Amino acid sequence: MTTTTGPLPTRRLILQGAAGVALLGLGNLPFGASPALAAANDKYPEEAFKQKNEADAIKALYGKTAEPSDKIKLDAPEIAENGGVVPISVTTSLDKVTSISFFVAENPFALAASYRIPDGTVAAVANRLKMAKTTNVVAIVEADGKLYSATKEVKVTVGGCGG
Amino acid sequence: MASSIRVRATANGDITEVQALIQHPMDTGLVKDSKGELIPAHYIQQLKFECNGKDVFVADWGTAVSKDPYIKFSFKGAKKGDELKISWTDNKGGSDTTTAKIA
Repeated sequence: MTTTTGPLPTRRLILQGAAGVALLGLGNLPFGASPALAAANDKYPEEAFKQKNEADAIKALYGKTAEPSDKIKLDAPEIAENGGVVPISVTTSLDKVTSISFFVAENPFALAASYRIPDGTVAAVANRLKMAKTTNVVAIVEADGKLYSATKEVKVTVGGCGG
Repeated sequence: MASSIRVRATANGDITEVQALIQHPMDTGLVKDSKGELIPAHYIQQLKFECNGKDVFVADWGTAVSKDPYIKFSFKGAKKGDELKISWTDNKGGSDTTTAKIA
């Protein structure tokens, strides 16, 4: 799609490209998902980290929406005394996990961290996040090309982003 | 210079558990200092773990990861004595790399 011969051929090319992508996506989910992932793989998802709300961030990162799943165990404290350091971990029994991401709903930027889980790595991660105030922590697990989520509210007594 | 990365990797059967602690300010760019001036954002964007020439774990981080980040994960396919390479880069172009032997 590098040559620009005129408006019509270019548009046809784009349409063809779009159709191809659509076919891939519909035909075979795992294979359809892998090229997209490979493209996103080496790059830092700058745009997703700039999104202010959670839904936009999930969209920017994965381009689709998640459904809640009870196969994800999100471990976070009920009450965090210090919002600057909130220990949060996720384990899941889902198969073919390719990535795990953490979102904090009411932080200035919702996306906190995103982890890529290559083949052979256990689908579990523990880390520490900052939370501005009492809000929901959402863990998104991408497994077999689909998104699953788990949510937990954490009460924060002292915010982690104050000045 | 002492490394900013501290790692402990322990093999237990087929599974290797990795814990890492990195020294980094992880400034969000939203906090003011005592003079009322904004402290510019300074945070790790990518953290990579490699073992036997293969990425075993890649973290993309935003500013909401706590100061001096901690991370724990496990992976399969390594054994005692294998080398684990850890590297990070931050938004100001800073980086650090270290290796650890799996115990």
